[in-house]
Amino acid sequence: MDKMPKWADVVLIPLISLILAAAISALVILAIGEDPVEAVKLMVDGALGSTYGWGYTLYYATNFLFTGLAVSVAFHARMFNIGGEGQAMLGGLGAALVCLYIPWPHWTMALLGASLGAAIFGAAWAAIPAYLQAKRGSHIVITTIMFNFIAAAVLNYVLVNLLRPKGSMDPATARFSETVHLPTLHEMLAPLGIAFNKAGPANVSFLVAIAACVAIWLLIWHTKLGFEIRAFGKSEQGALYAGISPFKITMIAMLISGGLAGMMAINNVMGEAERLVLNATEGAGFIGIAVALMGRSHPFGVFLSAILFGFLYQGGAELALWTKIPREMIVVIQALVILFTGALDNMVRMPLEKIFIALRRVKA
Amino acid sequence: MTLMKSLMGAAASLALTAGAALAEPALIFDLGGKFDKSFNEAAFGGAQRWAEETGETFREIELQSEAQREQALRRFAEVGANPIVMAGFAFADALGQVAADYPDTKFVIIDMVVDAPNVRSVVFNEHEGSYLVGMMAAQASKSGTVGFIGGMDIPLIRKFACGYAQGVMASNPDAKVIANMTGTTPAAWNDPVKGSELTKAQISQGADVIYAAAGGTGVGVLQTAADEGILSIGVDSNQNHLHPGKVLTSMMKRVDNAVFSAFTDGVDMETGFNVMGLANGGVGYALDDNNASLVSADMQASVDAASAKIASGELVVHDYMSDDSCPALNF
Repeated sequence: MDKMPKWADVVLIPLISLILAAAISALVILAIGEDPVEAVKLMVDGALGSTYGWGYTLYYATNFLFTGLAVSVAFHARMFNIGGEGQAMLGGLGAALVCLYIPWPHWTMALLGASLGAAIFGAAWAAIPAYLQAKRGSHIVITTIMFNFIAAAVLNYVLVNLLRPKGSMDPATARFSETVHLPTLHEMLAPLGIAFNKAGPANVSFLVAIAACVAIWLLIWHTKLGFEIRAFGKSEQGALYAGISPFKITMIAMLISGGLAGMMAINNVMGEAERLVLNATEGAGFIGIAVALMGRSHPFGVFLSAILFGFLYQGGAELALWTKIPREMIVVIQALVILFTGALDNMVRMPLEKIFIALRRVKA
Repeated sequence: MTLMKSLMGAAASLALTAGAALAEPALIFDLGGKFDKSFNEAAFGGAQRWAEETGETFREIELQSEAQREQALRRFAEVGANPIVMAGFAFADALGQVAADYPDTKFVIIDMVVDAPNVRSVVFNEHEGSYLVGMMAAQASKSGTVGFIGGMDIPLIRKFACGYAQGVMASNPDAKVIANMTGTTPAAWNDPVKGSELTKAQISQGADVIYAAAGGTGVGVLQTAADEGILSIGVDSNQNHLHPGKVLTSMMKRVDNAVFSAFTDGVDMETGFNVMGLANGGVGYALDDNNASLVSADMQASVDAASAKIASGELVVHDYMSDDSCPALNF
């Protein structure tokens, strides 16, 4: 029997963790002499109070949706894919090559092509650690972390030496052509008569990310493969006994994971920058871990926590714009949320479990 | 109690700034951050000087991510900040997208050219300033070998190196110039350890004056040069004071002046191409108490003569970026 009801696990624990993180953040803001109430107002207003804010919040959230889903899928097979960052970098390279060198007639086809290119590059980057894990037992946490550094070096080399336009000082590719421009929410909603701020970079890939959520939900809970992944994650020995190949599941789970992380590129590279810059991923691969942890590896949970982290990012940017709170402090606030929701899960969970058990005893 | 006081003070100042007129100028720092002891810090210094002299305030932001470049530009433009100054060539792409949407806002970009009617592009003749410090390096060197350590390997830094090498050759045609770059990514702007290693490597090849044009990496170069008892040359800001008596001079790139004049000109500024060279005090070499003993009267006289010739157009220093090649140095 469960120690506490499902709703407490899904709603109460993240909520309490968030409140704790917010309280400590407030103390930090107080300590540097700024007003925490004012800061929260600014963050909420700036991230959720206008279509401008939503444009950025949803843009960041789209990144975190892809990387969060990527980490979740690997979690279900009990693998800790810390390589989302590197896989997303390589995905960016895949998307950029597809956008730069194929003359697409229309953005819809370009989106399909870029998604495929990004997913293949991301998956390929995850395939090597996955193979090493499946065949040689090299721990996937170590190998994926190391592959992040290799990815950074590869991207660096390719951008500086191969893809940089002549005479340009930025280590970045040329701008993609106008035809592969993805419609932003502004352009999508305007024909429907809904006014949406044109500054926000959120674009059609947000819908792709939501579709990916649904697809992953179907995959994990409604297909044979999903069942095998979960069975493998629960017990490798049991799965082996049931005739599930550990090699196959390790490879497939990591390929899907890497592909999802890579697909983030259709948002940040193709949708926003419309060229590949050196640090295009900006830590989204790592945030994905926190998003997956907080979302309990469930696509809907991942969706909610991705929006939350999108809010933190955009709200943080607003703080940087309008207050004297230094950017390092904003990172501290973001880190506190990750710390409480991700790492200190048991600190909230254990007392809560005790309370629920005590309550049950009282009832009985 | 003090916490409460500072809290109320902060709230009050927040209320004040919220109510102030919104034609404030704004300054956007690049990812390197405001206090990098070099480029961004010089920009901040210029803004600070303007604020002190006029008693007015300005808005500023240190970027955290690439996506914020365009965001910060648009946000500042939308609330009416004017002019908006951005420090660094990396803003060119975002500014190219944004400038046309805000025709009434004046933008100033430093180190890059963006062709739009409401943009002032400020570029510096770094090769001219580098030429002068190159002459000084050649005259101060006893071994006849001098060094150059660049930050990220981009045409802009090669422009520094090329001007420097030409200056060295002008003073001593037999001199040898060793040039190294720290890296090929923006991380090369902030890697003092690597700067220190490169300095040691150049010393082992006989260099006894080393010019660092490498942002935060240069701190490591100057430190190691001072420790090893050779001379170094600083860049961007006046860095003579970092190691008094050990820094021969600094190639001053007056980013602070560019920001200051942009803020001073305000909304009525002239836009277009703005070249800051020796002629208008945009670049130069630093002379103060810290290096007075290192710069002989002869040295100063020859450099000042060259400076006057360059300013008048009599002497032309080759600009690496004009044809991607350098007559005095092979990369």
